[in-house]
Amino acid sequence: MKPLIRISSRAVPLMRENIDTDAIIPSREMRSVSKSGLADGLFAGWRYLDQKSREPDPDFVLNQRRYSGAKILVSGNNFGCGSSREHAVWALAEYGFRAIIAPSFAPIFRGNCIQNGIAPVVLDAEDVRDLAIQAEAGREFALDMNLMTVTVGGRVYAFSIEDEARTMLMEALDLIELTRKSIRVIEAFRAEQKRRRPWLYV
Amino acid sequence: MIQSPDQTGPRTLAQKIWDEHVVVPVNEESELLAIDRLLLHERTGGVALKSLREKGRDVMAPSMVFATMDHIVDTFPNRTDDTLMPTGKAFLQTLRDEAVRSGITLFDLDDPRQGIVHVVSPEQGIVMPGATLVCPDSHTCTQGAFGALAWGIGSTEAEHVLATATLRVKRPQNMRITIDGTLSNGVTAKDIALYIIRKLGAAGAKGHIIEFSGDTVRALDMEARMTLCNMATELSAFTAIIAPDHKVLTYLKGRPFAPDGALWEQASAYWLTLKSDDDAVFDASYQLQASEINPMVSWGNSPQHAIAIGEKVPEFETLDLGDGRATYDRALEYMGLEATSDLGQLPIDGAFIGSCTNSRISDLRRAAAILKGRTVAPGVRAICVPGSTQVKLEAEAEGLDKVFRDAGFEWRESGCSMCFFAGGESFGPGERVISSTNRNFESRQGFKTRTHIASPETVAASAIAGRIVSSVGLENGA
Ligand code: SF4
Repeated sequence: MKPLIRISSRAVPLMRENIDTDAIIPSREMRSVSKSGLADGLFAGWRYLDQKSREPDPDFVLNQRRYSGAKILVSGNNFGCGSSREHAVWALAEYGFRAIIAPSFAPIFRGNCIQNGIAPVVLDAEDVRDLAIQAEAGREFALDMNLMTVTVGGRVYAFSIEDEARTMLMEALDLIELTRKSIRVIEAFRAEQKRRRPWLYV
Repeated sequence: MIQSPDQTGPRTLAQKIWDEHVVVPVNEESELLAIDRLLLHERTGGVALKSLREKGRDVMAPSMVFATMDHIVDTFPNRTDDTLMPTGKAFLQTLRDEAVRSGITLFDLDDPRQGIVHVVSPEQGIVMPGATLVCPDSHTCTQGAFGALAWGIGSTEAEHVLATATLRVKRPQNMRITIDGTLSNGVTAKDIALYIIRKLGAAGAKGHIIEFSGDTVRALDMEARMTLCNMATELSAFTAIIAPDHKVLTYLKGRPFAPDGALWEQASAYWLTLKSDDDAVFDASYQLQASEINPMVSWGNSPQHAIAIGEKVPEFETLDLGDGRATYDRALEYMGLEATSDLGQLPIDGAFIGSCTNSRISDLRRAAAILKGRTVAPGVRAICVPGSTQVKLEAEAEGLDKVFRDAGFEWRESGCSMCFFAGGESFGPGERVISSTNRNFESRQGFKTRTHIASPETVAASAIAGRIVSSVGLENGA
């Protein structure tokens, strides 16, 4: 995972509502217990004309040349709903996405994003529609996690995200690492507990 | 904001243990809680350890982590790493490899300490009053019987505990269920549990820590208390707890991982102080009389679908289950029943005694007392799976295995076995099974298998009768 502070890139407009985790990564694409090797299966049902030969569907937005290397996805309401599979986020991250802009996210999916270095950016439905138009036009987006803004063509869209999530993204921490920041406090606690309740320490 | 724990005001037992373990508040919702014991099993434990190691992280406190093989192991005599469940072998071997690398204690397949995680932890003195104990398994609440704060977690959370000896958790609400009075003949902790679930519903204690209290609960022995607490997860509770008393001390004294000598004196004196304050406030309270409770059995696909043995399958209109007509109809159809069916008239195909709910030595003794000198009805496949290797050896030393075998039961090695069918062994489609386990979900014991859950006494009596009957009913020729 890489720290997410500022990124600029084009954005992919995928304006559908309720995109579920099965659409993001169909279960047949999750072949091993590993967290990698999933990018090929990202949106497989929409991305390929033929699932076996993997002939790309030229109409699907992700297959359009101008979006290659894009790090931002713009989408509809309730993004990431459905099964809680973390593979959906792993696939998006492996493909290269670092931020998803949508009016709302499914809660578990949102938590998984933060754990895996993808910023879930929530903006008004109207702003998101605006941004989709800008994305369609191939404009460059600038995301700044410090200022909590998305800037496109001179217009600034401010969003909010809770401190803990922002720290995790900006410092590329997962929950374990976040907790490990308190390791001194934990060690001190355990030393004190060992003194008071020594039988707990086998 | 978290209500800053007012450690001077009245508190419940669970709140006291919680407060003792708060390392630091972490955000608006959660606190970082110190975890004293982590238990693992082969179904999720090996993967958690491996994933941690691949991220380059160490197990912070290996001596507090214990693992066992129970969920997918075979229970046939002379078993090996091969399992009926396809790919099961890899789970066993991964846990074994990772346990060695990380230095945690493993009760391996051939270890006399092996068994179902919630049976072996008390047996080995791993759980103790006032401790926080977690395990990636929903029936971890069983161990609340010892006055520990013990609850089930997810596998990512298990990784967090391995790496930091802590968990980020939201403070649960508190519920008290008080049961007073003397239980009628043939009524057990399992019947109490099913009675409560029927009364409160399968989501009746959602997110709460249930404290069981009252003189009926105090009169239960430790194994019965474990059975009662085991079923708390079927009420969607966070966990269950019972205030520790001398029975807990008697049970734990001399167990391998329990403190001894001066440490025992110090610990046990502290343990006996652990209880809810008289004026502690519970978010919900229920009071029951033991005399209300009869031997119970489930009829549908949720533990809340329970009735007293002898009652007819209830009509939808008389139920207040919180789920709709379609669920009710589906349960009846799945179970091959109709409203007002008499369960006692239906032949059974299987009888199963086992699981972390009811497979301890006292369960087997009570079942054996019913089976002695009798034989299982023709056409009934009856199986007994002791909860641990130690239970099995103890039972064999008492000759219980002979009673089970003579009656026509298969006598197995310990494990979860047919408590849940994970691609391993199972009963058949449409087969009606009376079972001492905890979940009567669809296909839990085999594809389309019809599970009725009840006490081990009821399972033994029904196996003899060839249809569902309580132990009292069997004696009376009902
Ligand atoms: S016996 Fe059943 S409920 Fe208990 S731990 Fe094993 S599978 Fe889970």
